[in-house]
Amino acid sequence: MIAFNKYYNHFNLLSSVLIIVSLLLLIFKGLNFGIDFKGGTLIELRASDSKINVSSLRDRFNQMDLGDVSVKKFGNDTDFLVKFENKDNKKNIIEEIKANLDKSFGNNYDFRRVENVGPKVSSELLKSGVIAISLSLALMLIYIWIRFEWQFSLGAILALFHDVIVTLGIFSLFSLEINLSIIAAVLTIVGYSMNDTVVIFDRVRENLRKYSDIKIFELTNISINETLSRTIITSATTLLALLAIYFFGGEILKGFSLAMILGVVFGTYSSIYIANTVLVRLRVSQKTVLREEEDKK
Amino acid sequence: MLYFSKLRILFITLFSVLFILIASSNLFKFDDNFFDKKINLGLDLQGGSYLLLEIDNEPVIEQKLQNLTTTIRNYFKDKNIKINNIKIENQNIFFNVTDNDKQSVLDVFQDENSDLNPYYPRFKSHQLEIEDTGFNLKVNFSRQGLIKLKTSSQDQAIEIVRRRVDEVGTNEPNILKRGNNRILVELPGLDDPMRIKSLLGKTANLTFRFVTNDENDRFGVEKLKFENGLEEATVSKRIIISGENLLDAQPKMDTQANQTIVSFTLDRVGAKRFGKATSTGIGKQLAIVLDGKIISAPVVRDTIASGSGQISGGFTFQTATDLALLLRSGALPAPLEIIEERTVGPDLGQDSINAGMIALAIGFMLVIIFMLVKYKIFGLITNVTLIVNLFILLGVLTLFEATLTLPGIAGIILTVGMAVDANVLIFERIKEELKDETNNILAFDGGYTKSRTAILDANITTLLAAIILFFMGSGPVKGFAVTLGVGIFTTLFSVYFIARLFTSIYVSRNKDKEKLI
Repeated sequence: MIAFNKYYNHFNLLSSVLIIVSLLLLIFKGLNFGIDFKGGTLIELRASDSKINVSSLRDRFNQMDLGDVSVKKFGNDTDFLVKFENKDNKKNIIEEIKANLDKSFGNNYDFRRVENVGPKVSSELLKSGVIAISLSLALMLIYIWIRFEWQFSLGAILALFHDVIVTLGIFSLFSLEINLSIIAAVLTIVGYSMNDTVVIFDRVRENLRKYSDIKIFELTNISINETLSRTIITSATTLLALLAIYFFGGEILKGFSLAMILGVVFGTYSSIYIANTVLVRLRVSQKTVLREEEDKK
Repeated sequence: MLYFSKLRILFITLFSVLFILIASSNLFKFDDNFFDKKINLGLDLQGGSYLLLEIDNEPVIEQKLQNLTTTIRNYFKDKNIKINNIKIENQNIFFNVTDNDKQSVLDVFQDENSDLNPYYPRFKSHQLEIEDTGFNLKVNFSRQGLIKLKTSSQDQAIEIVRRRVDEVGTNEPNILKRGNNRILVELPGLDDPMRIKSLLGKTANLTFRFVTNDENDRFGVEKLKFENGLEEATVSKRIIISGENLLDAQPKMDTQANQTIVSFTLDRVGAKRFGKATSTGIGKQLAIVLDGKIISAPVVRDTIASGSGQISGGFTFQTATDLALLLRSGALPAPLEIIEERTVGPDLGQDSINAGMIALAIGFMLVIIFMLVKYKIFGLITNVTLIVNLFILLGVLTLFEATLTLPGIAGIILTVGMAVDANVLIFERIKEELKDETNNILAFDGGYTKSRTAILDANITTLLAAIILFFMGSGPVKGFAVTLGVGIFTTLFSVYFIARLFTSIYVSRNKDKEKLI
């Protein structure tokens, strides 16, 4: 049996630091919102001429008076991603850009993807993204509240917040782009983290009923160990699937799968070191479970 | 938990085979109607254009209020009530009446049978609201009045949009209402939406009006620019004929002048008015005005009584074709603005499909190898279940002709990774049971029973997340919610029916074997 409980305090401290640092990053550095949430124009461009590279593209685009233009390689040497604000929301901007690029590059390039999101739509998308995440957290809270005692609910929700905040903190730290698919990833993380916590909690509660003489500090450790191989196998297969998406699923799914990978890692960690320590700190005992059951009767 | 009746085995087999057949109809062509279904590919996979248009209702409201001032003035004139200082400001009409008349005016607006201010019994609301500000009366559209106005202009606009898109002849366009002032246009297979965008960006409000030098024209005059933006002309506000009078419009080659023109045919009313105007206006310039700009202003040389004519204006064949198309499909009630556009080229779509399939295959292989190494024979059972599960998932998506997007493929891969969870929970529980229980069958039974709540909890939480995503997410992300959500149900089915069936067969044949798992 692994003594997970030996490190409860250490990891609680670590998580507190992680959450504080993440919150500071989110407040002061903020998130790198993509055009979905900030508005603007994105062009994915494929070049068939080696003359076309990041610097020559940047030169051309900077001459077009589009405001802040970002040009990056996208996956391989011939694909580029160009993003700009399109502040005045010009109507025929794509046609103008094409005409302009034709002059320098002929037709040795191709627009593979064009996205243009107006300011109204982007603020609506941001709003609905925030609502979706809040709603999912609220629903999870309600679900776990129905299923478990309040101490368990608190533990599970703290674990959820930890996972979401730290994942977003990492996105902020590395200035990774937040787009619509990241919202999907965050929601899935919420589901996964909850799933993982619930499985351990289920066992904790079962053991609480079984043993009246074991303290919660020991009991959580027993429960974590009993469910450990399941935790490891499920995380492993989920991570294998996600790694396959990350490495082979193409450039578009990279951010999504990265967020999910982080979420699965943190979700697994928080089920053990956050959700359970909340039970220990709230001194959950056999009485907690039995009292609740009597109340229900 | 381990007992299966013959009937149930038959049901499980039939059900699985049915969905495998449905799923395979994506690969083969079945003649049967029932099996001839396919998963739709989202625009991000097959390539195409997604345009979200917003109707700018301001001009419509402005116009309606303008008309309303005249109506109000005339309505009360008949009742011998004098309306003074009538003006429009910030979408409100203001006017004065004498104190004696005030109450009767208010009564007219608040009467449920008023023909000036329609009443909607369903919403218990009038079209217009009136308020006594103290020094004048304020009339504006009520909430319901505005909604009615917006939905009616949306209804008209979507019809015109549909006609224009159909005229261009793209593949199965999808045109839908969004809210009460937006229209969503999905154009599969279209990788350059430039032409459609420019067609949808035009209101196509066509009028024929005389150019005049008389500033005191009875109908008022306005200065309008020519298409080229350089010249200007003063044009009467009197409309001779408008786009509504057109029956048909076609691009033509004028061989004499060697230029492309648009020829048009007028309806009876239009032909009559055009004939009269051209007979009295010989020698005058007739301006052809489209969306507030003069296309051309030819001099009338002859009476045109035939009800047909032509517009020239230095067109190329393409611009003439587009103008004719716009005129045929009619004018939009209000200008449209493209507020969101997402276009994916077909080769990127194909690349995404390939990458998604490779990721699926590799993810699948990794999970299968992992499970086989970890659980041996039960790993094999899990793997067979996983494969059947994948087919059932595809079968369900096919049956409902769901739209598969790139994030949707990610959802399928994720389902593969997470689907083993339920089996793992069961197998681990069985292992624990076997520590104190020597009877294999009892241990397996206990494993299944005791792991049930954890499995249900785990799947419900994921399902909740998927449901929220489905209702809040848009476009491709919705596809992820669909595959993730459907995946949960197919996983539960395959774990509790298929995997359990195999497990029960294996366990009952090896009742006495030690260390079964």
